[in-house]
Amino acid sequence: MSSKANSSIPTDSEVILGILNNSDVVLKRLYLAYFPMVLQLIINNNGSADDAKDIYQEAVIVLYNKVKAGNFELSSKLKTYIYSVSRRLWLKRLTQMNRYGGDLRDFEEHLPLEEEDHEQHADRDLQFGKMQAALGQLGEPCKTIMEDFYIHNRSMQEICERFGYTNADNAKTQKYKCLQRLKKLFFQQN
Amino acid sequence: MSDYRLLEQIDRYINGEMSGEELANFEQLRKDNPAVDSQISEHRNFLGALKHYGERLDLEQRLNAIHEEIDVHTLHEELMIKPSWIVSLWRHHHSKISVAASIAIFAVLTTLLLTGGFKKHDTAYVELKKEIASVRTSTLLLNEQSHKIKQQLSSSKDGKTIVNPGKFSGTGFALTSNGYLVTNYHVIKGADSVYVQNVDGESFHAKVIYSEPAQDIAFLQINDASFKSLGSVPYNFKRAKSDLGEEVFTVGYPADVIAFSEGALTSPAGFNGDSSAYELSLLARPGNSGGPLLDNKGNLIGIISGKQTSYESLSFAKKSSYLLKAIQNIPSDSLVKPLNLNTRNGLAGLSRTQQIKKLRNYVFMVKVYN
Repeated sequence: MSSKANSSIPTDSEVILGILNNSDVVLKRLYLAYFPMVLQLIINNNGSADDAKDIYQEAVIVLYNKVKAGNFELSSKLKTYIYSVSRRLWLKRLTQMNRYGGDLRDFEEHLPLEEEDHEQHADRDLQFGKMQAALGQLGEPCKTIMEDFYIHNRSMQEICERFGYTNADNAKTQKYKCLQRLKKLFFQQN
Repeated sequence: MSDYRLLEQIDRYINGEMSGEELANFEQLRKDNPAVDSQISEHRNFLGALKHYGERLDLEQRLNAIHEEIDVHTLHEELMIKPSWIVSLWRHHHSKISVAASIAIFAVLTTLLLTGGFKKHDTAYVELKKEIASVRTSTLLLNEQSHKIKQQLSSSKDGKTIVNPGKFSGTGFALTSNGYLVTNYHVIKGADSVYVQNVDGESFHAKVIYSEPAQDIAFLQINDASFKSLGSVPYNFKRAKSDLGEEVFTVGYPADVIAFSEGALTSPAGFNGDSSAYELSLLARPGNSGGPLLDNKGNLIGIISGKQTSYESLSFAKKSSYLLKAIQNIPSDSLVKPLNLNTRNGLAGLSRTQQIKKLRNYVFMVKVYN
């Protein structure tokens, strides 16, 4: 029963609800449903299976963010949307790598995407890269403290225990020092 | 330290942990101090980016976990548009194919080296010798042998019309208007009697007055009562050598009627490098032997004497200078009448058909009986 549910293609509204509810099952069904389509597109247009994975995941992230942001209106089939996003991302990648021969072999119908959406995604992507780099430069234990507190929403109490801070005030001071440094690293990259 | 405090306050403000008097105070501060306000929005943005980073990282991990379950390799095989079999053969086996090709090339080169395939002169020499041997056996004299002679001879006794009663026939042409002719020695070799027949079909008895077998040249004199003067010979005899590429032509009797053939002078040496003859690209048939070879201007430049069987339309002609030498060698007591060669050219500037019209009266079929 569950395996059948896993392998079947989810309806478009199921997907949107699932994303809003953070459903792992729906995410998996979504992922499995359309990966072959994107794989086919990429490997028959000068790409590898790894490229296909990157592009497809990015496309799913685009969809995810758009749905989460609450401004997703499904004007076509979800399949077409994902194909179009993947296609666009792959075209961009090919152009960056100077491997675009001016002709893409298509397997599905696709629709033109709004420029705004694409810019928004590119912007988020940039932010993500910057944050990743800033955290990388931050070093331990700051990185873990930041991640625990701001991303995983752990309490200061937990963090104190984990790092063996005897004094909650010390931990707090440490956290703000780390935050200052991270902000500095993040904004410096502009 | 105050920086940290402010940051902490902003943190709490953004997280909605402030309440009552504290919140009111902070909002007042924010209103009064634009620096604080901008710091708050900056921090909010930053936290958004940090949150988003976390979410994305988390999502990527989940997606990667799902991805692990996919048999990408099998899917890849299924979805890849298959290139044609020859391309896939090359993709899979190109190293082996390359090695095989290298070995093949190496083997060919080694074989060529060992067998002397690169020594061009040696192989050409061998081949040339072989060719010469085969050509030697295949050079033909252009005698036409009649298979019907015996029948015809017997029928002639019954008084029937004899078209060509000779055993062999060739061609000859006039040297002078008073009945001296020249033909090939091989045409009249071993002849008991010789008749010559003109273009109108009239036959005259002729006798061989001198021959040079080495040059394949023989001189005839018409000694027939019915023979009258031919009129002055229209061609003159060229002493100098003719050049390669010169357009040449001949008329002769390969059949019972006169026939024309034309071509070009292709080599200053004849068969087997024979410098006394020209090589011609000209279709000569049996019976053409002894015929005149003329150039465009109507100079007589040679005597058709043979052809090569291994090539189409490759013939040879004795050079006119050798004819002139042979004339010098004729013993004076053999000459009943004076043999004075014509030096005027009556054919220059005429069209080919006009030239032949004039020429044909001086070309004879030589019929030989033995």
